[in-house]
Amino acid sequence: MSGQFLAILQLSLLVSGTAVALSAGLGIPLGLWLGLKRFAGKRLVTALVYTGMALPPVVVGLLFYLLLSRSGPLGRLEWLYTPQAMILVQTILGLPFVVGIVMGAVSAVSPELPWQLRALGASEGQVRWELIREVRPAMLLAIATALGRSLSEVGAVWLVGGNIEGHTRVFTTAIVLETGMGNFGLALALGAVLVAIALTLNLVILQYQPRAAS
Amino acid sequence: MTDPLIQLDCVGRRLGDSFTLAVERLEVFAGEILCLVGPTGAGKSTVLKLLSGLDPPHAGQIRFDNVPLIPGKWPLATSRRIATVAQRPALLSGTVRYNVEVGLRMRGSQFPSAKTTAILDRLNLKAIGNQDARTLSGGQAQLVALARALVVEPDLLLLDEPTASLDPAYVALVEQTVQEQRQRTGMTIVLATHNLFQARRLATRTALLLGGNLVEIAETARFFERPSDQRTVQFVEGIMVY
Repeated sequence: MSGQFLAILQLSLLVSGTAVALSAGLGIPLGLWLGLKRFAGKRLVTALVYTGMALPPVVVGLLFYLLLSRSGPLGRLEWLYTPQAMILVQTILGLPFVVGIVMGAVSAVSPELPWQLRALGASEGQVRWELIREVRPAMLLAIATALGRSLSEVGAVWLVGGNIEGHTRVFTTAIVLETGMGNFGLALALGAVLVAIALTLNLVILQYQPRAAS
Repeated sequence: MTDPLIQLDCVGRRLGDSFTLAVERLEVFAGEILCLVGPTGAGKSTVLKLLSGLDPPHAGQIRFDNVPLIPGKWPLATSRRIATVAQRPALLSGTVRYNVEVGLRMRGSQFPSAKTTAILDRLNLKAIGNQDARTLSGGQAQLVALARALVVEPDLLLLDEPTASLDPAYVALVEQTVQEQRQRTGMTIVLATHNLFQARRLATRTALLLGGNLVEIAETARFFERPSDQRTVQFVEGIMVY
């Protein structure tokens, strides 16, 4: 079991870590842009982003199963039942959370602040940098949320990954499998490890949280 | 009088449907303190925003150091000669010291720490230098906003009701600090205030704005003692005029 366990641990961290990095890499700039920019249809875009947070993972999994299947439009990639497919759906599922949280945080910054920074001689780049700094806690929250979504996700990764031992089996799919086989103790143990991983990673993320001054 | 540091020529700015600012000519001379007075909504803050270059006029021209500037496209070097203290300061998250240093950091200033310590000390803010700026009272936030503007030693300081939330002792401290810096650096100041006593104490010249129009501008003693416009007479006597 230790070999299997290590393979599950390794793949879980790889899939979730890569998906969170991609969600953050795409979502933070997009959230900042959407939060700062005023344009026609912004309310609709915001509604779409928020709706994205409510996407049922199993539906997203099904959609990408169809897209990636041999006869689907992305079939040429041959990603179905591979970690790449799992990373793809996890990224899609995490992205609306990152965009929505960052966008909301930027919108909540006092609209007076950019003006007052310019009134102190800030260039546009310096204004943007200070705004990014202002929403740093929200960025960390967005990353933690995407990580939580990714680590706990089961339906979508099962559908596109297939839960293949040593290849696409992660903690959540292993827990479902062991539960189905009546190995409740093992399933609970795997669950406890997953929670411990989430706790450790969140403690690491919180290291970057600005501490309140005295 | 020296040459104007900044001047507005036939400047107009619309704010919504109901308010239009129209100033035929306003010159602010280097080294002076010009006080803008007038009832709420007269256009004092709008004039300050035009002078800052950040809110462009819809008509007319602004010249800084006799150079005409393109609305909304002032060179950064010109903008950095001006600092504005807004009526409601918006502070950054972080300490008081971080907020006060922000303008210096943006200018790549040498020794920002020493300059910041000096201004914190001068405005009696040293004890709260490491306090979270988001926990400050309205008066303390106003002092921090003033400190972050003074520390960059601007050629033109624009103050919008900078002492509105302060007790009399701090009003005196602020006025004294601003005056000292003006004498030391030759800084020009435009101050919007409802406090006519403050205008009398500080201003070289005083201007009355009513309904977006410049009614009268004169040497302060003359403005208060021998105003030429009947509306100024009424305003100085405390009669409501709009």
